[in-house]
Amino acid sequence: MKKVLMGSHAVAEAVRRARVEVISAYPITPQTVIVEKLAEMVERGELKAKYVRVESEHSALAVVYGSSASGARVFTATSSHGLLYMYEMLWWVANSRLPVVMAVATRAIGPPWNIHTDHIDALTIRDAGWIIGFAESVQEAFDMTLQAYKVAEDRRVLLPVMVALDGFIISHTSEPVVMPEEKEVAEWLPPREPLPFRLEPGKPFAVGNLGPDSVTMELRWNSWRAAERAKSVIQEVSVEYEKRFSTGTPTGLVEKYKVDGAKYLAISTGAWSGDVKEAVDALREEGYEVGLARLRYMRPFPREELQELLSSVKAAVVLDRSVSIGHMGILGSEVKSIAGRTPVKDVIAGLGGVDVSYEDFASILKGAVEEHEAGLSSEWNVAEWHMPWVT
Amino acid sequence: MSVKYLPSDLNKEAEEDLRKIREKLLSLPAPGASGPTGSWRLYRPEISAAKCVKCGICWLYCPEDVISWVPRELPKIDYTYCKGCGLCANVCPVKAIDMVVEGE
Amino acid sequence: MSLPRLAQGKNRGVMPGNPACAGCPHNIGLRVMGRVLGTNSILVVPAGCTSIISGFYPRSSLTFPVLHVPFASAPAVASGVRASMDIKGEEGVVVVWSGDGGAADIGFATLSAAAVRNEDILVVVSDNEAYMNTGVQASGTTTWKALTTTSPVLGKSEEKKDIALIMMFHKAPYVATASVAFPLDFAEKLERALSVKGFRLIHLHSPCPPGWRFDAGKTAEVARLAIESGAWILWEYSQGTFKISPQSRPYADKTRRKPIAEYLKLQGRFSHLTQEDVAEIERKVDENWRLVLELERIYGPQKP
Repeated sequence: MKKVLMGSHAVAEAVRRARVEVISAYPITPQTVIVEKLAEMVERGELKAKYVRVESEHSALAVVYGSSASGARVFTATSSHGLLYMYEMLWWVANSRLPVVMAVATRAIGPPWNIHTDHIDALTIRDAGWIIGFAESVQEAFDMTLQAYKVAEDRRVLLPVMVALDGFIISHTSEPVVMPEEKEVAEWLPPREPLPFRLEPGKPFAVGNLGPDSVTMELRWNSWRAAERAKSVIQEVSVEYEKRFSTGTPTGLVEKYKVDGAKYLAISTGAWSGDVKEAVDALREEGYEVGLARLRYMRPFPREELQELLSSVKAAVVLDRSVSIGHMGILGSEVKSIAGRTPVKDVIAGLGGVDVSYEDFASILKGAVEEHEAGLSSEWNVAEWHMPWVT
Repeated sequence: MSVKYLPSDLNKEAEEDLRKIREKLLSLPAPGASGPTGSWRLYRPEISAAKCVKCGICWLYCPEDVISWVPRELPKIDYTYCKGCGLCANVCPVKAIDMVVEGE
Repeated sequence: MSLPRLAQGKNRGVMPGNPACAGCPHNIGLRVMGRVLGTNSILVVPAGCTSIISGFYPRSSLTFPVLHVPFASAPAVASGVRASMDIKGEEGVVVVWSGDGGAADIGFATLSAAAVRNEDILVVVSDNEAYMNTGVQASGTTTWKALTTTSPVLGKSEEKKDIALIMMFHKAPYVATASVAFPLDFAEKLERALSVKGFRLIHLHSPCPPGWRFDAGKTAEVARLAIESGAWILWEYSQGTFKISPQSRPYADKTRRKPIAEYLKLQGRFSHLTQEDVAEIERKVDENWRLVLELERIYGPQKP
């Protein structure tokens, strides 16, 4: 089935096809459209689920935590301040190893109030034990949401999954989406097996009693191993999904765009990667040997794949829609941590939803190539801010 | 010992890890979840069989569930865990429980 | 509820050898709750004393299925557990066992929202009138003038928040107060709460020996004096009808109340009170009785 859908509605359609049993959310722009659609599906009887209207995002995640601990397949969604308000629950969910799936329509954090996208909100949870995917298109938001259940519930993983989609740019933009039929999805995604535990009357055990400090450390080590395994599982699940449903979305942790023979590598994530691709195309025509590595997943971090790509280029440029005040861009710092001897330039751009065109990307990439050729890449230890309107 | 992650058989590793999550995250009901708490006791409750009217009030209030009582029978105290709080002596309607200094 | 019937309860609630302080009132409540609820229940426990009382891995002192959850989340988590059970068609009682901080302070918005949704859950607030687990800091339900570690010299300058009345005015189907001085009354209220569908809350008065500074053996005595002096009033609001409980009924008549000083003098947290303070507390007790009697007049069983 092919339909023109807004990103938010595509996510809702994926949640429906996953036969989610409990949904809870609190309104925040630009996420709200996702759960409005789901509420409508539930009220119309198109989705046999409980929809719990809560008073905060903290409670939204708490509700689905309780449902997931009781064996249900669950969904919630949020943005920006809502995600921050969930913060302690995010860790609680992940450390309980429950396969909760959440969509985050990314949005800047205030003040000033700003409802437009950057990636800082989603990246604040990179240490919390969630798998974090970034969609580039409406189609990918759909596919990634559906695959999130398969990945999260896999016995080898048992970690929650966050699907980030750029607020408005994906959440409120309509594109044609290929969607498998519900029956086909049911064959591929069976009902959830209640792992790693299921709370039910008559089976007394306590989840999370105080214990020796070593138990905490061993459980973190356990989560860490699961995230490592998740790399293979994401690969496997996405390849199998594409084989069955042929939606055309790239598979694995990293999409490699024109990297063959590339001497320079752009690295990005999220919706604007489409514009980066256009910039790469334009530069290729001008004779620049540039390619793009688009991170589909930020957690688990595609360490090995990126290392391989970085080792075969002269230098790389991170197009970073995030910043860690006091250091550098968040994506930049992640990439630099595994780049070895390959120089990496971190360019912070597009914060607060500032529009960055493919011409901007082309000039950023060209500039970096020229700097490297001129032997100036040793000065890339400090991030550069792309703010052409500031003179 | 330092531990390094060396992936081997993912399925085997995953099953082992799943077993460990369940083992480490879940605690099963058992007495003594804080050890033999009888060692906390400074005073020891002693029930006088002569005075006791077997009403069960001491059982009702005992915060530790260390008093076993069957209606019309003399209650019994489990000293392995009794913390010696003295609530039983305080609520006993016929003052049949004495708090005796431990070790005397 | 009779004592022998309670004693037949199969679920012990809390087991010996747990880490609770000697004379802990929560344990009295947990024991009663286990025996009344039986094995068909799930406990959701926010941060608080019971996070510790639950015991140390790999053992659990609690005989329920227990989900430990962050401080502000318990009624929402319980709602989620309920939602999952409902969608799967499973039976069972979902209980939030909370302290005063978790219910009346940090978790209050969540509690309020669960009541507004009329979630089919039972909330028991075991109120020891301060953050005891972190070392006796003042909470929203700490009484006026009580010494705590965050009101260490003058005592708390604000009033006690009446969480039970606030929840009653959420139009909850069942709200009651109870006391560890009267475990059988608590047991009966639990039983009646179980017969009602929807949001139910029992506010259990739980005097804390180390926190209130009295001897561990006097938990029930202090709790009883709170009722006999009129400082704590047992009542029950069930599906629109408000009733003062028989244990508190005599003290509607002020002349039958014990002097409030008898209740206060047992507690180190009130050792600094002046005569004027005691008189002021007595005035507050009178005022509270006036309110409760008025509520019974309005919502009482004898309405036309």
